[in-house]
Amino acid sequence: MKEFVVRVLVEPKPELLDPQGQAVERALKELGLTTVSQTRVGKLIKFKLKAVSAQHARERVTEIAQKFLANPVIERYSVELEEL
Amino acid sequence: MRAAVVVFPGSNCDLDTHYVLKDLLRIETELLWYRETDLKDYDLIVLPGGFAYGDYLRAGAIARFAPVVQALVEYVERGRGLVLGICNGFQILTEAGLLPGALAPNLGRKFLCKTVKLRVENAYTPLTRLCREGELIELPIAHGEGRYVAPPETLAKLKSNRQILFTYHGENPNGSLESIAGIMDETGTVFGMMPHPERNCERLLGTGDGLKLLQGMVEEVLA
Repeated sequence: MKEFVVRVLVEPKPELLDPQGQAVERALKELGLTTVSQTRVGKLIKFKLKAVSAQHARERVTEIAQKFLANPVIERYSVELEEL
Repeated sequence: MRAAVVVFPGSNCDLDTHYVLKDLLRIETELLWYRETDLKDYDLIVLPGGFAYGDYLRAGAIARFAPVVQALVEYVERGRGLVLGICNGFQILTEAGLLPGALAPNLGRKFLCKTVKLRVENAYTPLTRLCREGELIELPIAHGEGRYVAPPETLAKLKSNRQILFTYHGENPNGSLESIAGIMDETGTVFGMMPHPERNCERLLGTGDGLKLLQGMVEEVLA
């Protein structure tokens, strides 16, 4: 068994208005980051996972992300694996 | 006839809904703990408002895997009875895939707690059968994630099947797509709405408009 640190990043789909992202972007501009654009606020779900291989871990996590961690109607996600 | 109001950790208005069904509409009604899986005795099941599992991750995201919701999927597949999700209940039903679309955070970012006007878009459903088409009713809303969203093909289907039941009249408080406040599924047995009918069922609490919605569901079962 190998062990991985898994990071699932969930963000609002590009076509969905993200009022939180807009508010953060306004504040970023006020703080001097004037060239900022397309700010989105999402979620990071991080956990450790034991699995026989990176491929197996990725498949399991992707399945769960699709079903549970992200709502595919309004969100998209990406999965990052780091072997310990 | 028997009705059930599901109780999750974090539900609210469950007792209000129970009161309306049992004391105002005189229907045998039970409070059903979310671990229950035997639903066959119930003709009407209500998922109440609140914040099941603290709305962690997304409103309804964890609750949809609760034993009672898994059983509810089978209940709907079998066409056993009617299901109504109010507010958090609506969010849970969309997360469970029993209703199309999703409920995103309000466009204005704020939690909204106020009375709104709704237009009845389809008066020929169990929930709206005691309303007139185009009638304006008043109900309270209380939600942070009530912005109804759906992809264009879903919206087209909702329209052609007349699945849109209520729209916000005048101001669109949360930025919902086409001001949608309540919908039903294709089979006409699963209903979801963000406003709270159970909070306005008596003159003492407002116009009393919510009563005819729940009464409509009951009359549909008894018809």
